[in-house]
Amino acid sequence: MAKLLHYSSLTKKFIMAIAGLFLATFLIVHLVINLFILPLTGNHVEIFEIAVHFMTSNPLIKVFEIVLFGGFIIHILYGLIVQIQNWLARPVRYKKEGYSHTSFFSKYMIHTGIIILIFLVIHFINFYFVKLGLTEAPEGPMAVAGDHDFYHMAVNLFSNTWYSVLYIVIIIILGFHLNHAFQSAFQSLGLNHSKYTPFIKAVGTIYSIVIPLGFITIPVYFLIS
Amino acid sequence: MDLTLKIWRQENAKARGKFETYKVKGIPEDASFLEMLDILNESIVDRVQLPIAFDHDCREGICGMCSLYINGRPHGPDEGITVCQMHMRNFKDGSTIVIEPWRARPFPVIKDLMVDRTALDTIIQAGGYVSVRTGGVPDANSIPIKKESADLAMDAASCIGCGACVATCKNASAMLFVSAKVSQMGLLPQGKIEASRRVQKMVSKMDELGFGNCTNTYACEAECPKEIKVTNIARMNRHFLGAKLGAQKMSG
Repeated sequence: MAKLLHYSSLTKKFIMAIAGLFLATFLIVHLVINLFILPLTGNHVEIFEIAVHFMTSNPLIKVFEIVLFGGFIIHILYGLIVQIQNWLARPVRYKKEGYSHTSFFSKYMIHTGIIILIFLVIHFINFYFVKLGLTEAPEGPMAVAGDHDFYHMAVNLFSNTWYSVLYIVIIIILGFHLNHAFQSAFQSLGLNHSKYTPFIKAVGTIYSIVIPLGFITIPVYFLIS
Repeated sequence: MDLTLKIWRQENAKARGKFETYKVKGIPEDASFLEMLDILNESIVDRVQLPIAFDHDCREGICGMCSLYINGRPHGPDEGITVCQMHMRNFKDGSTIVIEPWRARPFPVIKDLMVDRTALDTIIQAGGYVSVRTGGVPDANSIPIKKESADLAMDAASCIGCGACVATCKNASAMLFVSAKVSQMGLLPQGKIEASRRVQKMVSKMDELGFGNCTNTYACEAECPKEIKVTNIARMNRHFLGAKLGAQKMSG
């Protein structure tokens, strides 16, 4: 812990950036699997269950799971440490402040981050705890030996209008977070180049719109149908 | 122009400060912001009161002494200039202007609008130099330097160390300043030799002095009177990472 604090401000940001980019990559995998909750193909439920089975039982994924948790913990922990240090760096605030031109979302990373963290906890209680056996899984028609019926767990949750609306709001906030995060990670890693930076910025913007849109289509489908 | 000014008054570093409201009348549009304060100060002196203390020196926009946070922006509303170069025509007649000192833990207020920016010098002392005499201006092309590097170094060297980047940053981070100084030397052959040691020492000093961490909001670039680019910050990140990973362990 002391070692984590001891690292220089730049090293902290490098580590945060790498962890963040890793989490952003994971989000793509997560989305692709989630999309099979929607009736994209005739056998979408089977595909979803196969993917879930793979993600919960493959030994390689189990290793990645540890890396993923590490990524979350490091990113969140450093996010909080960096923010606390930043608040301490200006003990007396301005009376009239914040009129400088800056990217809008960059100002609210800690706020969007904390909202995402709260959702993450809810998300874990809903799904991951079931997998760990900490909470009882709701009996679904497809709960075959050893596997939990994540499909019906998801369908149950999305059938709740309030949950779906909350989910949509949180995912939009996640989009705000990603919008600044993507290009910021490259800047923190020192990867700035007159040729590639505009491309990275464009990819970041597209990513922060497309990924949340993908996640949102699922609750929207359940809200409509 | 008639204006209402809300100005931070603080007797000394230890005293508790507060905002005082002043009304000024008949300010010419062509007066600079500091001249406007001079006019106000004369009227204060006429009333046998203590004038408002504020930093200024050359009034040509090159010394980096003036440091006023005006209506939520360092150096006021105009882009790419210091407050001494900013004129009253940037304000509407009858408007209210809030004037504050730079706010950051490493920049303690000395009096009124003056802050102590020694912290920036301390960072320079930590490594912002070339240890050996490099002589006078060398003959052209005696040391080959790429045109791009020379231009980038010159741009970085235009930093006047006013601290507007720290003042505007929501984290009170000094990254733009430090990265400009690191780049200005690291890009040229004379400075390259100590580059890895320099970047580590300056960053370490910056952290030690209590400046905040960079969160890439780029407010610094927007407010810098010398328009220093945040690409310098990326360069410093890159050099720092290279130095930490690649260089041998530092001794002393």
